[in-house]
Amino acid sequence: MSATGQKPAYELLGLKEKEYRGICDAMGREPNYTELAVFSLMWSEHCGYKHSRPLLKNLPTEGERILQGPGENAGIIDIGDGLAIAMKIESHNHPSAIEPFQGAATGIGGIVRDIFAMGARPIANLDPLHFGSLEKPRQKYLLEGVVEGIAAYGNCMGIPTIAGEIHFEDAYEGNCLINVMCVGLVEQDKILRAKAEGPGNLVLLFGSTTGRDGIGGASILASAEFDETAQEKRPTVQVGDPFTEKKLLEACLEMRDKGLLVALQDLGAAGLSSSSSEMASKGGVGIDMDISRVPLREQGMEPFEIMISESQERMLAVVTPELKDEALAVCEKWDLDAVIIGKVTDTKRLRVFLGEEMVADMPVDALVDDAPTYIVEAVRPAHEVDEPLAEDHYRLPSDLNETLTTLLRSPNICDKRWVYEQYDHMVQTNNALWPGGEAAVLRIKGRRSGVALTTDGNGRRCYLDPRRGARAAVAEAARNLSCTGAKPLAVTNCLNFGNPEKGEIYHQFKEAVEGMAEACEAFETPVTGGNVSFYNESFGQAIYPNPVVGMMGLVEDVSLIGTTAFQDEGDTVLLLGNARAAIDGSEYQLRIDGEVAGRIPDVDLEMEKKLQLLVREAILEGLVKSAHDVSDGGLACCLAESAIAGGRGAVIELGTDQRPDLLLFGEAPGLIVVTVAKNDLEHFAQLALDLPVSVIGRVEGDRLVIRAGGADQVNLPVEQAAQAWGAALEALVHG
Amino acid sequence: MAVSPQTEVTPVRFGVVVFPGSNCDADSYDAVRSFAGVDARYLWHKDTELEGLDCIILPGGFSYGDYLRCGAIARFSPIMKGVRRFADDGGLVIGICNGFQILLEAGMLPGAMHQNEGLKFVCKQVNLRVENNETPFTADYERGQVIGVPIAHHEGNYFIDETGLAELEANGQVVVRYCDEEGETTPASNPNGSLGNIAGVCNREGNVFGLMPHPERVCDEIVGGTDGRAVFESIISAVAGKAAAS
Repeated sequence: MSATGQKPAYELLGLKEKEYRGICDAMGREPNYTELAVFSLMWSEHCGYKHSRPLLKNLPTEGERILQGPGENAGIIDIGDGLAIAMKIESHNHPSAIEPFQGAATGIGGIVRDIFAMGARPIANLDPLHFGSLEKPRQKYLLEGVVEGIAAYGNCMGIPTIAGEIHFEDAYEGNCLINVMCVGLVEQDKILRAKAEGPGNLVLLFGSTTGRDGIGGASILASAEFDETAQEKRPTVQVGDPFTEKKLLEACLEMRDKGLLVALQDLGAAGLSSSSSEMASKGGVGIDMDISRVPLREQGMEPFEIMISESQERMLAVVTPELKDEALAVCEKWDLDAVIIGKVTDTKRLRVFLGEEMVADMPVDALVDDAPTYIVEAVRPAHEVDEPLAEDHYRLPSDLNETLTTLLRSPNICDKRWVYEQYDHMVQTNNALWPGGEAAVLRIKGRRSGVALTTDGNGRRCYLDPRRGARAAVAEAARNLSCTGAKPLAVTNCLNFGNPEKGEIYHQFKEAVEGMAEACEAFETPVTGGNVSFYNESFGQAIYPNPVVGMMGLVEDVSLIGTTAFQDEGDTVLLLGNARAAIDGSEYQLRIDGEVAGRIPDVDLEMEKKLQLLVREAILEGLVKSAHDVSDGGLACCLAESAIAGGRGAVIELGTDQRPDLLLFGEAPGLIVVTVAKNDLEHFAQLALDLPVSVIGRVEGDRLVIRAGGADQVNLPVEQAAQAWGAALEALVHG
Repeated sequence: MAVSPQTEVTPVRFGVVVFPGSNCDADSYDAVRSFAGVDARYLWHKDTELEGLDCIILPGGFSYGDYLRCGAIARFSPIMKGVRRFADDGGLVIGICNGFQILLEAGMLPGAMHQNEGLKFVCKQVNLRVENNETPFTADYERGQVIGVPIAHHEGNYFIDETGLAELEANGQVVVRYCDEEGETTPASNPNGSLGNIAGVCNREGNVFGLMPHPERVCDEIVGGTDGRAVFESIISAVAGKAAAS
């Protein structure tokens, strides 16, 4: 706090002069400090979406199954039988980079509250994580801390962490990406919303006490780049208490079941300021609050501190005067602090009192809707090129057996057991498919159907071409779901980027959002909400642009789901799709050369849709023994993973139309490996019609043999591949 | 257990304790309800009257947050007095995971828990060897049978002093041990460092049983297996058998 005495208060709070003038205009006077603090948060990038709002409008958000799109605490999707799925993904990147355990833990806490704020019971968490290279000690520290934080919070809550992804690359060294998606199940007639209604109704604050922790988390931490002062921001990271959150969850659902709530909202970024003003805004009403009633955990807190504290595990509800006592009784049963702190008014103003004294009086619409938006001139960075690399750009490795082993050991491809065994991934007993496959599948108790869930991010490819990369991320998520037999229904997105005030970053963001919109249109998977995380930069170095896609699909019959494992000797191995594999942006390129260059191939969305439909139909017909999409590490790694999962070898014969290393390790969206019993081959061909399907080999023996150009390019015992793939991550962490 | 269809069968009555922070309460409740002839109800941690029950389940989870030693606070909760009385009167009590930890803290079972040897939470499928099938909780297994049941805990490293261990062994109180697929109790098959690969023990009388693995998670093929069903089948048979005998 030194040497800043000269700067005006608004600047210290992260506002520009023009924004300050906008606040004065909205208020009709200069704001006092409390009001200014509240505005600074509501108009921060994190809460106000200043650089993203105009572009996010391009995303498709509607569909016949979408019961709730963006704008609420979470999206809601109709899955039939009177049931619905609530889901949302969020980032906790900046806090986790500063304090990995608490940063990740409170990231879970925040997204879980979003789900039960909708009246849904959380049934799964998914965690896409990106770190720098594990060769750096700090990255190991971050990985261990983040995984332990996720485990501590999620396990205690009794919510299974069932999927996600873990990726390591230098671009994330200064800014790890810690995203978390939570999914809940709710009966459609019990859905809650955050819309404050009925002047005269009461505002109930319940859960934990309020302290100084997390003050400025959203504005100071998440709305600026990191520099040498990053560690000084530790106090802005919140501290999690999963036990209180578990009680809060049960209390909210009990109040839901008893019909006690008019509206429900969690306190997240910007705490009481955002929760109260957003609830008022949704209902077109005002709220009067007396913050002297807020239970505090510290003495001497200023009004502005109470208003912007990001203390965790708190909820705000609107209740009628008649049901107030019943609601308070539920909180008492669960040993939660609960106080009526205010009432709904018809003023459309957020008025804050300290006892009798009014300390803030702000127009709700200005707080919530009037944050200025910025459009930056997009600049295409020089590394984005039009042409892919020549296929002979790199020398052909002499031993592809060795290359395959190297790739299987890559932390981006290898077994992630070391991570997911720290998560309780079984609690609630719904897993029809366990972690490690294409996607997680949860049964729905008492029904035949289930839901499939996955997340996909694609930073390196988005770096080379953000539009194509985002299209590919959506297509891959849909492909993952289709390989289990699930029909993709909806998306939630977490858009991780650098500083959007820079033209090149803005270009990446714009291209990625447009690409994502195109693919979501094609797959008819509307975006039901999500989160934008900007300023993922350290010392001016941005992360790879990484629009992470969380996708949900519906499985008609959980007893008929596809797995990646090869099943039986003699089954035929088929390759679906005709995309030409490329080295550009591939894991292979990174491992053999360390370079990330060229142009990634584009996904053929129409072809992709047809192939995915084929796989789903074939799974429902019971024809598919295994299904696995070709992604990181190319066809050879895809085959190796299926061989390892099934403990069975295969003999594969590939064509000669490309150099063998590209055939084996090149990557392109739109390829799926499927195995079918020999007897079912004809039936499968009938379903496939004129789609590109080729027989490439059979499941056989205990070695993976891949021939191309008349020679064995790969000939490896499955046991040996399994050893390389299975032991790599733990060795890297402890090595 | 053949009962003629005309006979009015009294249901076996399970009570599942809900501590604040319990999170396998619903899983246990669902598991026992998947058997015919079972009544189940939740018991709130502040309840003290435990009338009309045949078996009490202390489920897994993080009772009271377990920010201290696991189960150290739950043992003081009002319901535990009732659970102890119920057990003293011969009622069946099974503690799963956190429930086992609570029974240890309450002194209703011998021994104590350390943190896992690897100092990390571990969730995975493990193999167990049934050491004693003469308890009301394991009678439907074969002695020496190897079953697949998952674990999910941070503090499951069972410990007991030498004298205590000798007594456990002598009295057949070691009910299940971690083992490999062949039933060998190797160090590699021990997921948490437990002394003697011990995964579950019972009291001297045999009516109180605690184990770290989660039998309620393997009661349905669709979620990965049914090897846990025999625990609940055994309980149901034991209760029904006792009722028939009286």
